[in-house]
Amino acid sequence: MQKNQVAAGCDYVNFRIVVLMKPTPDPDKVRFDAEKGTIIREGVELIINPYDLPAIELAVQVKEKLGGEVIVISMAPPQGEEALRDAIARGADRAILLTDRRFAGADTLATSYALASAIRKLGNVNLVIGGEKSIDGDTAQVPGEVAEMLGLPHVSYVSRLIDIDYSRAIVESDLESEVVTYEAPLPCVLQVTLNVAKPRIPTIKGKLQARKAIVEKWSADALADIADINRFGIKGSPTMVYRVVIPKEKERKRIILDTEQGVKAVVDLLMKEGLL
Amino acid sequence: MKLRDYYPYFEDFHEDIKSLAKNVSQELEKRAREADEKGSEEIMRENLKMLAELGFLGINVPEQYGGQGLDERSVVLSLEEISRGCAATAFSLGGHYLAVDSILIGGDEALKQKFLPRLAKDSVGAFALTEPNAGSDAASIVTRAEKKNGYYVLRGEKHFITNGSIADVFVVFAKTSPEKGARGITAFVVERGTPGLLIGKKEEKLGVRASPTNQVFLDNVEVPAENVIGKVDEGFKIAMQALTRGRIGMAAQAIGISRLALQLAINYAENRMQFGQPIINQQAIQFMLSDMLTMLRASEELTYKAAWLADRKADVTLEAAVAKLFATEAAKLIVDKSMQIHGGIGYTRDQVIERLYRDVRILTIAEGTSEIQRLVIFRNIKKALD
Repeated sequence: MQKNQVAAGCDYVNFRIVVLMKPTPDPDKVRFDAEKGTIIREGVELIINPYDLPAIELAVQVKEKLGGEVIVISMAPPQGEEALRDAIARGADRAILLTDRRFAGADTLATSYALASAIRKLGNVNLVIGGEKSIDGDTAQVPGEVAEMLGLPHVSYVSRLIDIDYSRAIVESDLESEVVTYEAPLPCVLQVTLNVAKPRIPTIKGKLQARKAIVEKWSADALADIADINRFGIKGSPTMVYRVVIPKEKERKRIILDTEQGVKAVVDLLMKEGLL
Repeated sequence: MKLRDYYPYFEDFHEDIKSLAKNVSQELEKRAREADEKGSEEIMRENLKMLAELGFLGINVPEQYGGQGLDERSVVLSLEEISRGCAATAFSLGGHYLAVDSILIGGDEALKQKFLPRLAKDSVGAFALTEPNAGSDAASIVTRAEKKNGYYVLRGEKHFITNGSIADVFVVFAKTSPEKGARGITAFVVERGTPGLLIGKKEEKLGVRASPTNQVFLDNVEVPAENVIGKVDEGFKIAMQALTRGRIGMAAQAIGISRLALQLAINYAENRMQFGQPIINQQAIQFMLSDMLTMLRASEELTYKAAWLADRKADVTLEAAVAKLFATEAAKLIVDKSMQIHGGIGYTRDQVIERLYRDVRILTIAEGTSEIQRLVIFRNIKKALD
């Protein structure tokens, strides 16, 4: 298929794949503030969110098949740069870090808006891939929101890429009760699960080259021409966190019954739950 | 925390090597238990294949021979992280490095050209010095090499050869001038498949079970004269220098095992409830953990410093022996304390500490026992006080 026969509105030279990656605290090193119930983020190394590793791998595999480039975009404080370097070591060609105090305090809506704005700024993007969720926030909302903001079709919980060419992707989406096969026209957004691809480990050469690679840093101003900067960060975040609590363990009730009573009690319970 | 925040011996790129080796280690860890239980040579082949693809087999081989051109500190960080995931794999990798180092240290340009690119790419190396009657007294080997028409004919048997059954390239030490003792030993490169090179039985070991250890028989093996490493009769020095490097690597493996043992102990102590509270609240446990960290820190300091000195081309005979002696003996104690904290469950196959307890034991024996380290240290003791 000719590259220029592709979906309307795409006058690209290269097949451009964007991966949304969140630098998250290294779970091996993370500490919690027990009183506030929050993660201590200051001074903690940020690594690639483990759920985003298969997204990067899938993007690199697609690039290996169709050519083009993989661009990883993150919104994070400056120390997110290391995670982006790691993404380069794992096969990404470009890395963009949206970093600015004005991005801080963002909920998923403001985060998605910043990421979508960056994709818009890049232009000519053919495929956007995001991980299932992040290990710290665990919301799983960003890829879908980005797709909606960009007006692109999106498929969630993609567990397998069956086929892809310059005009469409055929994917399996693993919903809890069933597996559905979709054909999505490109450009589109795929939110992928851990099963979609086994992340490769970078080679020593790749890792050392990535050290020298340039991570592009974009401020809020860099997006000002195509975005409303009031929708970034805390200003653009309608979510209000009232309080974070660590749930208290509930003490189990200890009931001691003799065998006959016990069996009867268990059967009654199962009947009540509709399991018998 | 970054290495550089608390050790002066490293440069920025070492952080990358450490983090990469950690990724590798996490991958190796997934099959470490299975590899141990089965004593699986197959898993070891796959592990080494992965390490080869990522560049670890040639980590310290100069780039001109297809390696990564990195330093001893990179070797140390790699072995440390890898031994945390799978001690057997680190042990085999250490055996490979001994062969590589022998060629790097003693080989002439032609020999380096001939073998280093292969060893840096995908060929596994083995270091064959030890014999049934020549362990700590390595100079007493009886394997013979006699020159005949441009070949050396090797006869003898080697024991406890790490990677014996999976190596492609063997560095073999043999007597060329038996009357000259240690000064009559020559190092040779012998390729797998050379007629007369026979791999004997695999040892059933207590620990590092997935790392194959074999007898190697040399039944009139014809080795081309060009495969002599360095000069004839000067092989013993090459062996000693390679082993000095190896000792720093062994100390690194000890650090990896120690760190994992300490982490496991902390995790367990935080979760194990006795007398109505986690046992980590008991001072007896806290003191054990503190002693473990103190020993670990000292091991790190000695080992990283030895590696740093080696990278400055200093003579590290003494520092390597000190690091190996301390770090491997400390690792035994640390693992033992970790098991003590685990209590009964730690004695079962369900717990990683049980494997570590077996794996760690080889470290004070292989590549020079602790007693040999003490001899080496004693020989340098006056110089050290100057």
